[in-house]
Amino acid sequence: MISEIGLIALSIAFLFSVYGTIGSAYGGLRNRPAWVESSRNASLLVFPLLSLSVLVVVYNLYVLDLSQAYVADVASRAMSTFLRVTALWGGQQGSILFWAWIMSGFVAIVLLRKWERDRELIPYVIAVSMLTTTFFVGVVVFITNPFARLWHVPGAADLTTSVFQPINAMPYIPEDGQGLNPLLRHFGMIGHPPTTYIGFTGFVIPFAFAMAALITGKSQEDEWIRTSRRWTLVAWIFLTIGLILGGRWAYDVLGWGGFWGWDPVENAMFMPWLTGTAFLHSVMMTEKRGMLKRWNMVLIILTYALTVFGTFITRTGVISSVHAFSKSALGPAFFIFIGLTFIGSLSLLFSRWDALKTEHQLESFFSREAAFVLQNMLFLAITFAVFWGTVFPLLSELFTGTKITVGPPYFQKVTGPLFFALVLLMGIAPLFAWRKQAAHSLGRAMLLPLAASLGITAIWGYSHRMHPAPIFGLWLVSFVLLTILTEFWKGVRARMQGRGENLFLALSRLIGRNHRRYGGYVIHLGVVMIALGVIGDAYFKQETQGTLTAGQSLTVAGYSLRFEGLNSYPGTDGREVIEANTTLLKNGQTVRPMQPRRDFFIVQEQPVTVPAVYATAGTDVYIMLLDWQDDGRSATFKIYINSLINWVWAGGVIMMLGTLVAAWPPRDGQKETTYQLRPQVFGPQPSTGD
Amino acid sequence: MKRKLLFILAFVLAASLLTVMIVNAQDGQPRIPTDDEVNAVAKKLYCPVCPNTPLDVCETQACKDWRAQIRDQLAAGWSEQQILDYFVQQYGERVLGEPQRSGFTSMVWVLPLIAVLSGIVIVWQVLRSWRLKRAEQVSSEISTPNSSDRISKELRALVEKELKEID
Repeated sequence: MISEIGLIALSIAFLFSVYGTIGSAYGGLRNRPAWVESSRNASLLVFPLLSLSVLVVVYNLYVLDLSQAYVADVASRAMSTFLRVTALWGGQQGSILFWAWIMSGFVAIVLLRKWERDRELIPYVIAVSMLTTTFFVGVVVFITNPFARLWHVPGAADLTTSVFQPINAMPYIPEDGQGLNPLLRHFGMIGHPPTTYIGFTGFVIPFAFAMAALITGKSQEDEWIRTSRRWTLVAWIFLTIGLILGGRWAYDVLGWGGFWGWDPVENAMFMPWLTGTAFLHSVMMTEKRGMLKRWNMVLIILTYALTVFGTFITRTGVISSVHAFSKSALGPAFFIFIGLTFIGSLSLLFSRWDALKTEHQLESFFSREAAFVLQNMLFLAITFAVFWGTVFPLLSELFTGTKITVGPPYFQKVTGPLFFALVLLMGIAPLFAWRKQAAHSLGRAMLLPLAASLGITAIWGYSHRMHPAPIFGLWLVSFVLLTILTEFWKGVRARMQGRGENLFLALSRLIGRNHRRYGGYVIHLGVVMIALGVIGDAYFKQETQGTLTAGQSLTVAGYSLRFEGLNSYPGTDGREVIEANTTLLKNGQTVRPMQPRRDFFIVQEQPVTVPAVYATAGTDVYIMLLDWQDDGRSATFKIYINSLINWVWAGGVIMMLGTLVAAWPPRDGQKETTYQLRPQVFGPQPSTGD
Repeated sequence: MKRKLLFILAFVLAASLLTVMIVNAQDGQPRIPTDDEVNAVAKKLYCPVCPNTPLDVCETQACKDWRAQIRDQLAAGWSEQQILDYFVQQYGERVLGEPQRSGFTSMVWVLPLIAVLSGIVIVWQVLRSWRLKRAEQVSSEISTPNSSDRISKELRALVEKELKEID
């Protein structure tokens, strides 16, 4: 009965979404405010309706209603209540419903907040965002419905999954559910899908504003950028958190000692992040100098297409094989939707191409404008390389019939130099002034960081003679770090000297007065920290593997692991735990006992290797129990020495803080000082240095 | 230059190390290769049956058998390249983690390179054309010293801005 309520709410939500899309577009085009108003109300109602059906799915999971195919698929008796509830996004049906629900929530927020302000844009904002919502709700209703039941049709070997009762079929209720994939039972995987989806759907809002601006012919004005800028930032930070949580999950659970494997699913999330980051930077060009208006449109269209593409890849499994594509209607539906929206938005852009014409003038190649353009090119190049490597196995299978793998070596070799250039640019571009940067003052600003970073690198390189690549990497990281810190120091010192403020007051006032700029620098600091972690992962990682009997040890990089014995016990959530008692020693001194283990999930018949990690600021000692022999008298271990990896997580936290600073709303009465459209004044004028 | 020197140095070091290893291997008794030696080869291969899993970390029984096979091959004195070739011949190109640089597969390497190069060219052309426009503008401004139009534009912008604030 409860499920029927959810199904009905879902169906009504679909009808309202369709109406909201068509009605608002019609009302906008024909200038009928009554239609727009009515569509707005319908769109607002989609959120509570979808909330209701999400609640019903959660309730079904909570009470473990095994007549529901979705519940039987992702939940089981042995799972804790908390895990069962999070199984809402543990499978395809639930996660697409979840996607649509967040989307409708965002639409509701926009409609409640912006309704009075952007009268002209709003009909099309509704139309575009509701079109996306309609697609996802439609997919949930017609293709992958979370309220489908299992049926037993007489004579058929397999069970049928269907919302309605097939003729002569008997309902089938299994004894227990399959349960959530054991690999997904981790805090990273519990937080990762919601944050990722918030990020993905968040990008739909700036896209909708951009399309509305194009349709109304208001694209020349920057209204759409102003209104959607904070949305973009929010979407971006959630996507960033999603990426980092996903990385953490991979590190803790997948048992290969790394956090990023260039898997298609990871790439699918990374691509919209790349174009979104490029967009966040290029809108500054539009805000400050009125440049790159067409380019912004291209970027937001790409980002939107890539977010839907990302959901498509992660949810249809198309990349693992072409054959997965044809298994369900889901693949073709996504494919058609992405194709149509992409072509549609691009043709809309081209129809307004001339209206978006801006006077692009560049005073000097040494200017922030030029740096931004170069930065955008690099981001796009990386996006292309990632995209190409992700889809190439498909193309190869389609055109030559040969299955190939495009693994991490490809991505590292192709994107590595581009990332190097990008991080370098991140260090020097903020030193460039708008319009024109005098060479000598740039040299002066860079002198100290350059000299100091070269010094650090020389000392370090002398004491650790090794392959030149990591030495270059460490130089890069220290140089960029120092330029950013110098920027802070310059501002702080000016305030301390000019106003007599103390260090902390000066720092907080400096950031408070221009939170977008300094928030951005803090984000850059986080990026540098992650870059350091990536260098550690790429060049300083060590590993060893060996089979030990009790009392024997395995040694790597000054650490040794002594095997004491195995024991096993039943664990929670339906698992049997096999645990190795080991002692970690450093240079002969006992550090602490470690218990790497292997959990065997009985229902799923799936083993999960749970590493034991000894973390210090510089290094993680990551120990895995791979195998055991002779009734546990000997066991095989693998040890990874993961240098600098903790900088990745710390960098992620710093990026979050930086985004908070950058997106912080200006205080009442305080105007957003950083936002100004300067009239383009030509001719000689003193460099303001921004 | 320094980088080149370091490269040469690294190369010489690696070459001498390799020689030592080969000499050691020749005079010693046939020994069982260590897990680390097996993993070093397996790392370059992907599991032929599971999606996107490198062979050195794959935990299925099939992968264990493949690793045992690599161990035997190493013990029999096969080189790394011979083992990789064997796996490609047996299970197809998909076992290679790093795509080949020949045939249709080479496109995966070539296209990003072309994209980056054309990106650089485009950026250069675009920036240059903007600079040219700027140069024209400046010269036309110099030829018509009457800048009243410019001031009125600025004024208009200011007035509009203030009007907006009043709204």
